Amino acid sequence: MSGAPNSAAGAAPARALPGSGDERRHLIVAIVNNRPGVLNRVASLMRARNFNIESLAVSATERSDTSRMTLTIVGDEVHVEQATKQLYKLIDVLKVQDVTDEAIVEHELALIKVRVTGKSRPEVVSIAEMHRGRVVDLSDDAVIVEIVGEPSEVDRVVELLREFGIKELVRTGSVVMSRGSGSIEEQVKR
Amino acid sequence: MTQAKHVPGAGSSAALASERARKEMLRDARIERRGGPRPRIGADALCEALLLQGSTSIWGYPGGVILPLYDVLVDHPGLRHILVRHEQAAAHAADGYARASGKVGVCLGTSGPGATNLVTGIGTSMLDSVPVVAITGNVPGVLLGKDAFQEIDITGITLPMTKHNYLVRSADEIPHVIAEAFHIARSGRPGPVHVDITKDALMGETSAPHPTQEEVEAGLPGYRPKMDGNARQIKLLADAIAAAKRPLILAGHGVLIAHGERELLELARQAQIPIAWTLLGIGVVDESDPLAYGYMGMHGWKHVNRAIQSSDLLIGIGMRYDDRVTGNVRTFAPSAKIVHIDIDPAEIGKNVVADIPIVGDAKRVLEALLPMTERVDPAARATYFTELATWRKESESSAWHGSGGWRDGVLSADFVVERIAAGSGYDANLTADVGQNQMWVARYGGFKRANSHLSSGGLGTMGFALPAAMGAAIGTPEKTSWAIAGDGGFQMTLQELATIVQERIPVKIALMDNKKLGMIRQWQEIVYAGNYHSEQLAGPDYLKLCEAYGLPAWKVAKPEEVDAAVAGALAVDGPALIWFEIAERQNVYPMMPAGKGLSDLIDKWGDDGEDVTEGASGPRLDPTDPNAPKGGAE
Repeated sequence: MSGAPNSAAGAAPARALPGSGDERRHLIVAIVNNRPGVLNRVASLMRARNFNIESLAVSATERSDTSRMTLTIVGDEVHVEQATKQLYKLIDVLKVQDVTDEAIVEHELALIKVRVTGKSRPEVVSIAEMHRGRVVDLSDDAVIVEIVGEPSEVDRVVELLREFGIKELVRTGSVVMSRGSGSIEEQVKR
Repeated sequence: MTQAKHVPGAGSSAALASERARKEMLRDARIERRGGPRPRIGADALCEALLLQGSTSIWGYPGGVILPLYDVLVDHPGLRHILVRHEQAAAHAADGYARASGKVGVCLGTSGPGATNLVTGIGTSMLDSVPVVAITGNVPGVLLGKDAFQEIDITGITLPMTKHNYLVRSADEIPHVIAEAFHIARSGRPGPVHVDITKDALMGETSAPHPTQEEVEAGLPGYRPKMDGNARQIKLLADAIAAAKRPLILAGHGVLIAHGERELLELARQAQIPIAWTLLGIGVVDESDPLAYGYMGMHGWKHVNRAIQSSDLLIGIGMRYDDRVTGNVRTFAPSAKIVHIDIDPAEIGKNVVADIPIVGDAKRVLEALLPMTERVDPAARATYFTELATWRKESESSAWHGSGGWRDGVLSADFVVERIAAGSGYDANLTADVGQNQMWVARYGGFKRANSHLSSGGLGTMGFALPAAMGAAIGTPEKTSWAIAGDGGFQMTLQELATIVQERIPVKIALMDNKKLGMIRQWQEIVYAGNYHSEQLAGPDYLKLCEAYGLPAWKVAKPEEVDAAVAGALAVDGPALIWFEIAERQNVYPMMPAGKGLSDLIDKWGDDGEDVTEGASGPRLDPTDPNAPKGGAE
C-alpha cells in the first residue's frame, strides 16, 4: 500500500493473533443454576465454540438451587479465558473461575476392576493400600480397587495395575476446592 | 378395569395422562362456541405479558398446538397479529421491526416445521444482536419426547443460536418467563430469546400475576450486563487519544444499540477523529458530516481501509473486529494501537488482541470518556486530514465509482441505489438483501439517520430484505421502508408479496435484477478463474407476477426512467415494486479476497472487458422456450 507513512516497505511486525501462547491443562469451576438443561447448555457451548472438554464433573452444592461443575480444558491462556467468558454469557451460569494457578485441592476417584488369581491378589491389594486406595469388592478372579487422589496419582496406580489385566476402569474426572477459608460459592452475587 | 395391552405401561398414571393428552390434541380446539365469561388461561397470560412489554404486533403463522393462542387473540385487541406466508418471514419481520424501531420484535410459530422455519430468522437476529422474542407452541407436556405429530426438539435446536431459551410446561410460568425473555432480549448485548410453550400450558387455567421489572432482575443472578467501563481503562484511552497522530474511530452496531450517536459525534469533534463504520454501524453518523470518513472492510471504501492500515490508534466501539472488517489479522493495521470497547466481554480478545480493552455500554463509556478528552485544534491534524482527503478523492474518482447511470449502455446498480436514497430524502429505511445488492446499499445509500439501514450482516441471510422491510414498515410507520433485493434473494421470500398486499404494509420493493447470483458470479470470475457455475438465474416476468398479486409495479431499464419510477412507487399509498433491469456483470469494487488483508484490495474495472456489461437480455422463465437456461457454465 503506497502512501501510508507508517507501513512503508512492510517493516511493521505481523500482528499477534489471540491465543498463540503455550497450551496446558486448565481447571475451571462453574457455579450454575440447578435446572434441567443447564449441562446441555454448557456442553453445547463448548462444542460450538470449539473447546475440548477433557473431563467434566457435575454435582450438587450446599444450596439446592445451584450445581457445581468442574471442567478441565487444554488450551493457552487466551483460549481458556475466552471459554470462561463464553460460559459467563450463559444466563444459568452464576460464577466461573479458572483455578489452575490457585492453591487448591484437586481430587478424582477411580474404580478399577483388576483380574486376579489367588497368587496375584495380595499383590494387587498391597498396591492399592500403598496408594491410599482400598479394595471395595472381592471375587474369585477379580477385585475392585477404589482410589482417590490427584489425577497423577490415579494415573500411577492404573499403570501399576495394568500388568495384572484391567477388566474395567471408571474415573470421575477432577473435582477441586480452594484451600483456606475462601469459597467460590460464596462469591456468587445474589 | 380392563387394561389395553398395547399401551406401554398401561394403567400407570403416566400412561393415563399421556392418553388423555393424546386425545386432547386430536380433539378439535374448539368444541362449542364460547358463551359468557371464561377462565383466564395460559394463552391469555401470554397476550397480557406481551402487551405489558409494549408489544403491539406479532408476526406469525397458526398450527395445531398454538391454536389455543389464536382462540383468545380476539380478546386482546391491542395485539395485531400479522399473518405471514412462511414462518421464516415472521422471524425476519420481527427482526426488521426491532432494528428499525429499537423495540423488541415478536414472532410466532407452531411446533415442528413451524418452529424449524423460524430458525434461520432467529439465527439472523443472533449474529446481529437484534432483540427478538420468538414464541413457539409445542405438544402437550406428557407427549414431549414421544415423537408426537409435529414434535421436534426445538429448544435443543435453538439453544446455540439464542441468547437464552425456555421450555414452558405450565401456565403459571408464562408471565414470569415472558417478562424475563423480554428483559434478556433487550438488555446488555441484545439478542433473540426463544420461548417454547406446550399446548397444555397455553390451555391451563392460571391466576399467576405478572412480575415487576425488579422481580425479574432479582431472579437472574447470573445475568448482570456490565454497563460502565473501567475508569482507569477509559483514562488510558484518553491518554492514547491525546498522544495519537492518526486516530480513527471504528463505529459499529453497539453504538446504535446504546443510542450513543450524539456522544460519538461529540468525541469525534472534540478530539478531531474521523469516523469509519462497519456494515451494521451504518447510520451512526450522518454520512455528509465532515468527520464521517466511510464504510470499511471487505467491500468498504479503499480510502477508509487505507486510513485503517496507516492509523496509529484504532478506537473500535461496539464492533467485533470480525473477519469482514480486518481481513487477515496478521496484516491488519500494523502500526495501530487497538482499542476495543464492547459490552460483551467475550468479544474482547476473541479476534484481535486489544491494547486497551474496555467492557461497557458504548454510550456510557463515551460519556465517561468525553470529560477526560482534550479538545484538539483541527489545525493540529492538518497533515493527516489533507492526506485523508486526498485518498478519499482518489478513491471516489476511481473508474469503478461514480460513472453515472450507465454501465456500457445498461443501468448501473450503484446509480439506482443513489437515486432511491435521494428520491426518499435520505430518510427512508433501506433494507438490503445479501450479496452485491447489500454492498451497493451499504456503499451508496448516503445514510443520514440512525437505524435507517437494515442488513443481515453476521449470518448473511438471503431472502431477508422483503420480510425485514415489512417489519420496519410496521415498526416505524412514519418512515418509508424500502426493500432493496437482488433477484436471488427476492425469489427466496417473494411469497410475502401476498402478506404486504393483504395487510396493506406499505413496503416499496426495489428489485435489482441482473438475472444472476451476482456475488457468486463475481467470485467465480475473480477467485475461481471464470469457472462459472449455477450463477445464471432465471426469473418470472415480475410485472405479471405483481399483477397476479395485485401490486402496482414499474419496470425500469434506463437511467433516465429511474427517478420517475421511484417517485411513482413513493406516491402509491401502499406497497409497490420497481423492477430494475441492471447491468448483468457489474462487480462490486473494491474487493478484498478472503484471507487477504486490507492492503490487498482488488479495484480494477473492466481492463479486459470481462467485467463490464452486456445488454439486458438475460434468461426469463418461459416453459415454452426450449433454450431456457438450465444453470451450468455460462
